[in-house]
Amino acid sequence: MNTPTPRFDAREASKWFFRHGHTGWLGLRFTEQGDNWVELELPWREDLLGDRSRPVLASGPIISLMDMASGMAIWQTRGTFAPVATLDLRVDYQRPARARAGVKGRVECYCITRSAAFVRGIAYDDDMADPVAHVAGCFMTIGTDPREENPALKGALGHD
Amino acid sequence: MTEAVREFGDLPAYARSLGIALTGEEEHGMPVLTVAFGPTVEGRPQHFHGGATAGLLENAGYAALRTALIAAGRNPQLKPINITVQYLAAGKSRASFAVGRVTRLGRRNANIAVEAWQDDRERPIATAVLNILMVDPSA
Repeated sequence: MNTPTPRFDAREASKWFFRHGHTGWLGLRFTEQGDNWVELELPWREDLLGDRSRPVLASGPIISLMDMASGMAIWQTRGTFAPVATLDLRVDYQRPARARAGVKGRVECYCITRSAAFVRGIAYDDDMADPVAHVAGCFMTIGTDPREENPALKGALGHD
Repeated sequence: MTEAVREFGDLPAYARSLGIALTGEEEHGMPVLTVAFGPTVEGRPQHFHGGATAGLLENAGYAALRTALIAAGRNPQLKPINITVQYLAAGKSRASFAVGRVTRLGRRNANIAVEAWQDDRERPIATAVLNILMVDPSA
């Protein structure tokens, strides 16, 4: 607890995030990152179909992709990993994903406060200018009071 | 509507692969879906991933719409327009349930409200609103 934690790095974190659990089951992969954004990829998989009549990815896994990219964009922006809870996530679907194609999700955290974070992003297959979906979300920090992460403030603040 | 629930049939590949199933129960004529807690739905340790909860909500929404359409003698292709999910409480390490309600069934658009819960039906863990476009193959 007393050793300084290295800055959160989405690429490094992906190595263990996607080994197990829901995101591991989906097979999510890290692709790119920036100061306040993260891009992940949901590879094509036959058993993630949403429609009997068309070989396109279901919308459900795309929500998971965007939810995960949102959380990681928040940690990337904050520079630390602190659990967050999704409060509200909205996905607007512009068109189905292409047949037998994976989908990438790029999400940026455009505003962050001590306890809330706001994100927006797109899901696309091959052309970022022609997205599959737009997403907007709002997250809350959970667990420990975020002020406790700064050891300089430790003990100096009263907590609820 | 009870007969319509019986006619409803299989869930999509994605739902079955994630472990979502029909409970056989219904609420106001709409099928109740469930997913057990396990590695495929786990996010942070011992909690549902938000995406898995959204998948359950979405599938319950489509199941409700399909049920209403069967009762109305319609079989259109369904295309998602949007989904808005509100997360109300953490999904803990036990089964979750969800049921949808068709708020409005129009000719081209349907508006569906869905609730998900765990132990207590009166305490939802998440809700969703879906707008779904219906394209009639004969149109």
